[in-house]
Amino acid sequence: MTKTNMSRRGVLKSGAVAGAGLAVPTIFTAQSAAAYTNEPTGSTVTLGFNVPQSGPYADEGADELRAYELAVEHINGGGDGGMLSTFSSKALDGTGILGKKVEYVTGDTQTKSDAARASAKSMIEKDGAVMITGGSSSGVAVAVQALCQEAGVIFMAGLTHSNDTTGKDKRANGFRHFFNSYMSGAALAPILANNYGKDRKAYHLTADYNWGYTTEEAVRTSTEAMGWETVAAVKTPLTQTDFSSYIAPVLQSGADVLVLNHYGGNMVNSLTNAVQFGLREKQVNGHNFEIIVPLFSRLMARGAGANIKGIFGSANWHWSLQDEGSQAFVRSFGTKYGFPPSQAAHTCYVQTLLYADACQRAGTFNPCGVSAALEDFEFDGLGNGKTLYRGSDHQCFKDVLVVKGKENPTSEFDLLEIVEITPRGQVEYDASIFGGNLGACNGGA
Amino acid sequence: MFGLNKQDTTLLIIVAILALFAPFILNPFPEGSALAQFNAGYPDLMQRFVIFGIFAIGFNILFGLTGYLSFGHAAFLGVGSYAAIWMMKLLTMNVIPAIIISVIVAGLISFLVGWISLRRSGIYFSILTLAFAMMMYQLAYSDLFGQLFGGVLTGGETGLQPKVSDPRILDAALAEGATPKAHLFGLEMGASHKMNVGAWSFTFNAGYYIAAFAMLAAFYMSIRIFRSPFGMMLRSVKSNQHRLNYTGLNPKPYTLAAFVISGMYAGLAGGLLVAMDTQVGAERMFWTASGEVVIMTILGGAGTLIGPVLGSGLLKYMENILSKINKSVLESWFSFMPDGMSDFFIAITNLFVGKQWHITTGVIFMLVIIFVPGGLVELGKRIGARLSRKKEPNNTDGSAKPEPAE
Repeated sequence: MTKTNMSRRGVLKSGAVAGAGLAVPTIFTAQSAAAYTNEPTGSTVTLGFNVPQSGPYADEGADELRAYELAVEHINGGGDGGMLSTFSSKALDGTGILGKKVEYVTGDTQTKSDAARASAKSMIEKDGAVMITGGSSSGVAVAVQALCQEAGVIFMAGLTHSNDTTGKDKRANGFRHFFNSYMSGAALAPILANNYGKDRKAYHLTADYNWGYTTEEAVRTSTEAMGWETVAAVKTPLTQTDFSSYIAPVLQSGADVLVLNHYGGNMVNSLTNAVQFGLREKQVNGHNFEIIVPLFSRLMARGAGANIKGIFGSANWHWSLQDEGSQAFVRSFGTKYGFPPSQAAHTCYVQTLLYADACQRAGTFNPCGVSAALEDFEFDGLGNGKTLYRGSDHQCFKDVLVVKGKENPTSEFDLLEIVEITPRGQVEYDASIFGGNLGACNGGA
Repeated sequence: MFGLNKQDTTLLIIVAILALFAPFILNPFPEGSALAQFNAGYPDLMQRFVIFGIFAIGFNILFGLTGYLSFGHAAFLGVGSYAAIWMMKLLTMNVIPAIIISVIVAGLISFLVGWISLRRSGIYFSILTLAFAMMMYQLAYSDLFGQLFGGVLTGGETGLQPKVSDPRILDAALAEGATPKAHLFGLEMGASHKMNVGAWSFTFNAGYYIAAFAMLAAFYMSIRIFRSPFGMMLRSVKSNQHRLNYTGLNPKPYTLAAFVISGMYAGLAGGLLVAMDTQVGAERMFWTASGEVVIMTILGGAGTLIGPVLGSGLLKYMENILSKINKSVLESWFSFMPDGMSDFFIAITNLFVGKQWHITTGVIFMLVIIFVPGGLVELGKRIGARLSRKKEPNNTDGSAKPEPAE
């Protein structure tokens, strides 16, 4: 038998100890001697590459990581320099950023906002990362962007296409180079009108999440503006793999165009189902039945195989672009990895260069300084022609590609052909239409 | 102390000491050394350790005591999180109302779910809870209620975060350009104090200590429940529910109470997650998150007091530390070897770190289930038993045989 005999003195003593223990946290203050979060003091500077390495977008994540590694190599003066030679700003000289060698840490977002934030937090708190970049879904990008705003580091968004990232959820510390749903709609609509006519009836299948909604809305608004009619818009669960039950009603609806607001595996499955149902051979209202995929990527095209032939969509960038910058990037990426880069890789590579260049021009890693250097920065030579980083919403404005599934692909990478390069002026919009508030830049400390 | 017997008091004190000195214990390697990769003493991970510890402690009250395997506990965590973030958006950024409301809301929801699910037992119960959790996940992910009423309830895919423009009726207006930050009467959750001792660097974070205090309280509660007559009833449900029925007792109120209590623990964990990191996404309600807490509990030792805490610590450690070891880190480790050999070692090690950390987790989980079904606690006991058996010869001469001081 054991029995505890507590003396009055003992109780008082342990009470005092416990009290002191509880009081410990209250002596903390939000202190910091540094001027901003994770100010690099040594001879190196650490960047955080936060990409999905597992989950549905792991392919994109792997390609993004390759691009980041390439960008770091080029900034540190290795390799053939890639786009550094074609970039209109010549601030970077191949000796790292501000004389500090660039190092990096990587993390797995798992395409979940919680995991992405945990991983980004560990980069900031443990590894001392001064900039976080990556993400290949808008939910993750918005979540990590908000975290970076709180922590006082810069966030350079990777592949995120929803209007919200630089719309209602924009943050002063976050920047996006990739285009968005609105621009897809604006770029696609005229091409669709030219090819398919102005008296079309569209049926939308939309992935039931944020990106799906903004894409549907963008395509709807811009196609309706030129005379199309929207027959119906049906939401499909994100986890759906068999879309047969959603395709069948399309035939009865009297629609003659099907718009698939799907991305990744969703799009591969829904498009395959639609083609299997013979939609593309149908004649409705005297028109050939057509299918449209607003956001195209090469990785999706590969998944869908022959089904994508002749289908219109939009893209941020494609490796077959002939300008000097794109060619330089494709060359050094191809030399290092043996295949051409995807548009996800391109945007991540460019974002890293833009960040490095902004630090160099600002002469500091301080988020507020970097932010000021990026805002309203006009540049060229990074593959999309003349581009503007708009200061009022931190969104890049540049030409948008309208692409089409190639009829006769020559390799597994040569699946899309560029139909038209929609000039920047045509996809610009007023920064206030999506609401949201940028707030002020936060340098931590 | 506090109405506990000696053994439990010792356990509570050990846990308290571990929690108090975690910033030292988890940062054993000097800053900048190659092994610093394995340091876990940074605020975010320490917070996760104790918060998921609370989640697992609560789950263990249901699973460890009654044997009812709920596969939908992450839903309560998520509901708690959403409740907490709404408090922060509407009332104040102070964490106290957020945490209180998260526990209450999670308790109400778990009462509803438990009321229905507990009509069945065994696999049917598990499937029912899983179905409820996935329903709630889908509701949150597509923000169905928000859409129905023309507003925002869960924010869908992008989730919810406090914004500058939120009402926050109890708080004074934010200073120009300031971001809303969670605090406890002015003490910010993110406030940290860095202590440098030689090459070592230790971080003491306010948020961590608040979460750790909640964990200690939760742990204490769980000890009391384990040792109470109520806990005994729960154990009898696990050992033979039919016999319990024949003795004229209705087990339903007991199991429902256990279900609601563990749901409230999950809500507390959810509220704390929001307090430490002010955002909610629907993913934390996904069924894999529910599966994770089952794995934590079994890994540590179901039905034991300390097991779930250990299990959650191990799993979160692997998720956050192993997953960040990439190829270039491995290259720096093995750079001292000749080329061919280092490539070989890098290739082998690379299979178990980085994005493949799930493999390591799986292997460890299998090893534990096969060789020590009682989890880490049983492993510790076995090691302890082996060590003390070795020591026994010293005591046979009667010189230093320890006797309880009665």
